[in-house]
Amino acid sequence: MSEPISALNHTSYEGIAKVEECGLQGMITLRGDLSDKVLAKAVKDATGQKVPGQREVLVSGDTGVCWMSTDELLILVPYAEVGAKLAAMTNALSGIHALAVNVSDARAVFRITGPCAREVLGKVAPVDLSSEAFQPGQIRRSRLAQVAGAFWMDDAETFRVVCFRSAADYVFKLLKAAAQSGSEVGVY
Amino acid sequence: MLILNCPYCGVDAEETELAAGGEAHLKRYGPGSSDDEFHDYLFMRENPKGVHFERWRHVNGCGKWFHAARCTQTLEVFGTYSAQTTEPPQKIKDAITTKRPGWSWRELS
Repeated sequence: MSEPISALNHTSYEGIAKVEECGLQGMITLRGDLSDKVLAKAVKDATGQKVPGQREVLVSGDTGVCWMSTDELLILVPYAEVGAKLAAMTNALSGIHALAVNVSDARAVFRITGPCAREVLGKVAPVDLSSEAFQPGQIRRSRLAQVAGAFWMDDAETFRVVCFRSAADYVFKLLKAAAQSGSEVGVY
Repeated sequence: MLILNCPYCGVDAEETELAAGGEAHLKRYGPGSSDDEFHDYLFMRENPKGVHFERWRHVNGCGKWFHAARCTQTLEVFGTYSAQTTEPPQKIKDAITTKRPGWSWRELS
């Protein structure tokens, strides 16, 4: 079996903020009725977290759960465990109308770190990223210039950005350009 | 720039995050309908100067379809509401009546 490698293999860039590709991240898309107790238990068993409320993320490190829409969650698990977690989840969900799919290799994850992290992302997404409007614990699905992407904050100066793997190179170059040295705007 | 509040994820999404889905509340005429009904369903659309009801999709976001009531003349948005309905909720109609007394749109008023 060949060794899996993430889209950009930990490429990084340091300008007004540090942009790095996070490497492999296990991800499971879960669709179903989010108020279902069976589904809630499956989420709890996989991540130790409850089902998040609207636009809420409950993530620590590479494990957690993100609210994607009214009937969709993104489950984050360590890459090596995704097969086992998915099997357990599929088994747990067999009795209800729900679907869990491994999308780990369809995605790329970036981390933006630094005091200007809000600015870097603010340049490429049509989202109010002021600290009054966007805080750790919230997720926002939006677009990053021309491609779809989602992001949340791990702490006050760290964003994690998820996009399609096919767009990883584009997103990295985009964030790199937005993080160029000397390009602070000073809005946030 | 149009800003619509997505009723599913609660985000105030601007136009570039959304995809327009054409006129809202069309009644589908399929097999068994008359040619005239089918023709009207396929081709006849409202093009009002004023109050209009549209379908939008939060495509760069939660991906859900929803309805919006807005004014095509001023871009004023009267409200957005769930896609799981065949006509606008009373709250939306009341909001329009407050701003545009005497409005009408197809059979609604």
